[in-house]
This record gives sequence, C-alpha cells and structure tokens, in this order.
Amino acid sequence: MLIYILKRLGLAVLVALCVSVLAFALLRVQGNAASALAGEGASAEDIAIIIRTHGLDRPVVVQYLTWLANVLQGDLGTSYFFKRPVAELIVSKIGNTVILAIMSLAIALTLAVPLGVLAAVYSGSWIDRICSGISLLGQALPSFFLALCLVMLFAIHLRLLPASGAQTWQHFILPAVTLGYYITPPFMRLVRAGMIDALSNDYVRTARAKGIPSHKVVLKHALRNALVPVVGLVTVQLGLLIGGSVVIESIFALDGLGYLAYQSIGYRDFPVLQAVVLLLSLVYVVLTLLSDVVNAWLDPRLRVS
Amino acid sequence: MTDTTPTASIPTPGASMKSPSRLSLRRIAEQPSLLVGGGIVVLMILIAIFAPLLAPHDPFVQNIAARTVPPVWYDGGSWEHILGTDQLGRDYLSRLIYGARISLFIGFAAVAIAGVIGTTLGLLGGYFGGRVDMVVTFLTTVRLSLPIILVALAIVAIFGGSVTIVVIVLGLLKWDRFAVVVRATAAQISRLDYINSAKAAGASTFYILTREVLPNLAPQLIVIATIEIASAILMEAALSFLGLGVQPPTPSWGLMISEAKNYMFFSFWLIAIPGTALALLVFAINLAGDGLRDLISPDGRG
Repeated sequence: MLIYILKRLGLAVLVALCVSVLAFALLRVQGNAASALAGEGASAEDIAIIIRTHGLDRPVVVQYLTWLANVLQGDLGTSYFFKRPVAELIVSKIGNTVILAIMSLAIALTLAVPLGVLAAVYSGSWIDRICSGISLLGQALPSFFLALCLVMLFAIHLRLLPASGAQTWQHFILPAVTLGYYITPPFMRLVRAGMIDALSNDYVRTARAKGIPSHKVVLKHALRNALVPVVGLVTVQLGLLIGGSVVIESIFALDGLGYLAYQSIGYRDFPVLQAVVLLLSLVYVVLTLLSDVVNAWLDPRLRVS
Repeated sequence: MTDTTPTASIPTPGASMKSPSRLSLRRIAEQPSLLVGGGIVVLMILIAIFAPLLAPHDPFVQNIAARTVPPVWYDGGSWEHILGTDQLGRDYLSRLIYGARISLFIGFAAVAIAGVIGTTLGLLGGYFGGRVDMVVTFLTTVRLSLPIILVALAIVAIFGGSVTIVVIVLGLLKWDRFAVVVRATAAQISRLDYINSAKAAGASTFYILTREVLPNLAPQLIVIATIEIASAILMEAALSFLGLGVQPPTPSWGLMISEAKNYMFFSFWLIAIPGTALALLVFAINLAGDGLRDLISPDGRG
C-alpha cells in the first residue's frame, strides 16, 4: 500500500510539474512580457529596466526555475491590471468559487442519485428511458442558454432572485442551479452504471432469496456498494465542474476564480490567468490522487497494476 | 462503408466487435433513437450544405429600418422574415441556416483532429505497452488535469478568434477520450491470436496497427466521435458566447445568443431561437450516439 501511494504521489508531482511548464509557457507565448509589464506608452529605457529587473534577459530555463521557486513560496507575481499580488487576489475570490462548487455539487447529487438508482432498478423499462431522456436533454441544453432563461424567468419576470453579483446567498442560487444541472447527467449515468453493477452481485441475490423487501435490498445492500466507485468517478468529473464554473461565473458576474480568469483574459492580465490555470489544474491533480488512494485502500486489487 | 474484414487466413476477433458494415439494416431499423437522432442530424447537415439555396435572405445584409422584427407568429411579424430580424436588421432564419454550417463544421473538423491524435496515442500505448504506454498515460493525465475551457479561452485570446483557431484549439484539447478508450481496446486486441498470426506471417508493425487493430476499433471510435462532436459544438458555442470564439459578423449560434442577450428583455425569441437550434442539434447527435452504442453492444449499456 505504501509503495502504491508513493508511486501515485510521484506521478502526481510529475503531472503537476508538466502543468506548471505549460502555465509558464502561457505567459511567454503571448509575446513581449516586458512591454506588457511596462504598460502603454513606456519608453525603450523603461522596458530595458524591466527586462533587467525581472530577469527577462536570462535563459528561459533559469526564468522558469526562478518562477517555480517563487510559486512554491506562494509568490505568484503581480497582476498587470489590478496592481495587486496575484496570490492575494486569488485568496479573496476562492471562497465564492468553493461555495458555488459545493452548492452545485449538492444540487447535482440530489438529482443524480435518486434518478440513477431508479433507472438502474427499473433498467430497460420506461422509467429508465425517461431518466436517460432527462439526462440527454440536460446534456444538450447549453449551460449559458439555460442561465439566460433562468435569469429571464426568476430575475426579470418573477423578480425573485438577483441576476448577477455575489453579495448575498440569493446571488448563488441561479448560478448553482445552472451549474448543478450541467453536471447532473454524467453523475446520473455513473450512479446508474454503478447500481446495475452492484445489483448483479451474488450478495444481492442472496438478500433477495432471504426474503428481504426489495427497497431494503436496493438501498441498504446495493446502493452502499455502488456508491464507493461512484465517489471516485465523481472526483474525476470535477474537471467538468471547474470548467463549467468559468462560464457560469462569467455570465452571472459571480466574483470567483472563474470570473477572475475571464476578466484577466479580457485585460490580457496573464500573471492572473497563469495562476488560475495552475491552481485549477493542481486542484484536479490532488483530487484524483486522493480518490485513487482511497479506492486502492478500499479495493486491494487496484494496487497491483 | 468499406469492408473491413481481415483476410481469410486470420480469424476475426470475438463476436462483441462486429464491424458496422455487417450489422443488418433490420437492426438499425429497430433502434428508434438512432433513426430519430440520425434523421435530425442528416437533415441539419443537408441544411448546412444547401444553405445558399435555402436561406431566404443574405445573412450579412443589415437593414436599419427593420431591426428586431418579431417572428411571423407574433404580432407585427411577417412572412418576409419568418423568424424575424436581429438587432441589426439581418434576417434571423438566414443567419440560423448559415449558423448550422459553423456548428457542424467546427464539430466535425475539431473531432477529426482530436480523433487522429487520440487514436494514434491510444494505439501506440495499447499495442506496445510498457514505456510507450507510460508516456501515453502520462500525456493523457496531464491533458485531463488542464481546465479545458480556460485553456481554450486563453489560447483564443492570444491568437485571436476565428473558425480555424477554434477548430485547432478544440482539436488539440479534446483527444483524451479517444486515447483512453482506444488504448484499453487496443491492449485487448493486441493479445488476440490473429495479431500473433499476423506477426508470424511477417507483417510490419505499421501494417498490423492500421490494417488489423484499427478496423476493429471502428465501432468504439464512431461512438466516441458522436459524443465528442456534440461536446465540441457546445464548446464552440460557449467560447463564441463569451466573445472568444468565432468573431462577428459570422453567424454562429453561440455568438447570436451573445449578441442578442442585451435585447432579450424585450425580444426573448432572439436568444430562444438559436438556443433551441443548438439544443436540438446536440440532442440529436447524442441520441444517435446512444443508438449506435446500443447497436454495437446491445447488452453493454451504461
């Protein structure tokens, strides 16, 4: 088990390093970093000073290592636009994104687990078809279009909820519903597949043969076992949640990391963009690492390969 | 579809990997989702191809005198502009028809690029195993850990938005599912007897990969391609909606929604029409994909 964890950890570190190279490259391919730093109307002398003070005349590898060392110490550079340390900006925005993620995850699971279980128990019947129809429709409806429809209905016609911003908890309802709806279909498919798998096991047949009522067999015996692999797969699907939050936060002007990244693209504020890309990738790397380790702990067969 | 059956001396792999060419038309007819979904997709493709013949007006011509004319079923609508006009007075039906071209072209072209990259990586990793496989798995893991929408937005922001850039960016980012599935299946196939027979017969590795392994992956590839085309179409729409995809005045459905969103309070149909078209196309592609998956493995759903 220890060897497995160490191997898996090594892989995660390598992936993280690769991602950091890509994030570093992002700042370099956008052209002249020195003139971007100096701002508009800077003289050739100003640019020369910036090149020297920021070490932009040194070899790229040295620049990357310096940057990496700074990042590891929590120094993510300074925002071109906000003129504040990037780390400070990120800390001030991350809370909103975490709240949005938790709320939409809760909404998605409340929808996906019952629907997935129903579809699995009545697999092949009309209930299953309706559930997969809902999931197909959910996947087809563009999240930004759903967001605009919800704004029209709840913010403009009914005047129940605010359309944009992040001041109160009401501001989070429409974005969370949109994002939750967006990630529900894949979760539902995972729950359905996991349940069908669990229901075909011998212990379920034994439980049924013992005369235990059907709902107890499904909920107590099958669901518990079905959810273990599903939890692991759900973490992998978090990439979808992270990506979706960029679009949703931008539409609702919800002041989180995704909105910050969207703004930074508009302002060509590459240090901020670079930091958000790096951070979101690292979150994904850490979550998949944790899910792999937990799964290997639960299922010893996975440790061998 | 070409006949993919290997030469007679080499036995075909297990029954679960029937090539699509040998599935009878009768079984296709028994798949209502494939018929309905596929029918809508074919219809949309025909509309896209024959857009210049079908569009009643030029999709780029503006008419300041006839801005946001409502569709024919509202008060004030006319048969002159069946779906009304947009905020610049351009005929909405014509823009919608030309928009099908953008969505379908980007969806198919991006997935073609992604399919080539993912299939190549997956084939190499699955067939050779060992170190090659480790590299392929590693590349896939790195790709999966990148937030794809954010990276796509950033690259489009750097290189400028155009249909070509969007196709290249999505093609370079969406190969992961191809690589994962092809790798797993290629690893299974390469252990089968007929591959050993081909090796013994002196076939080159390239021949084995392209003629013996690849054709047997065709069913899986078609299913992944449909899923990925639907997802690429949605991503193009999202990028264009955020202003970092296809640029005006190109009629992209996502861009149409974006341009109309400031007018949606008074003319909701301006976003409802392209939104519905987008949802219908993606729904039809996914429906057809589900049908294809059931057709290929009737008992392997989920």
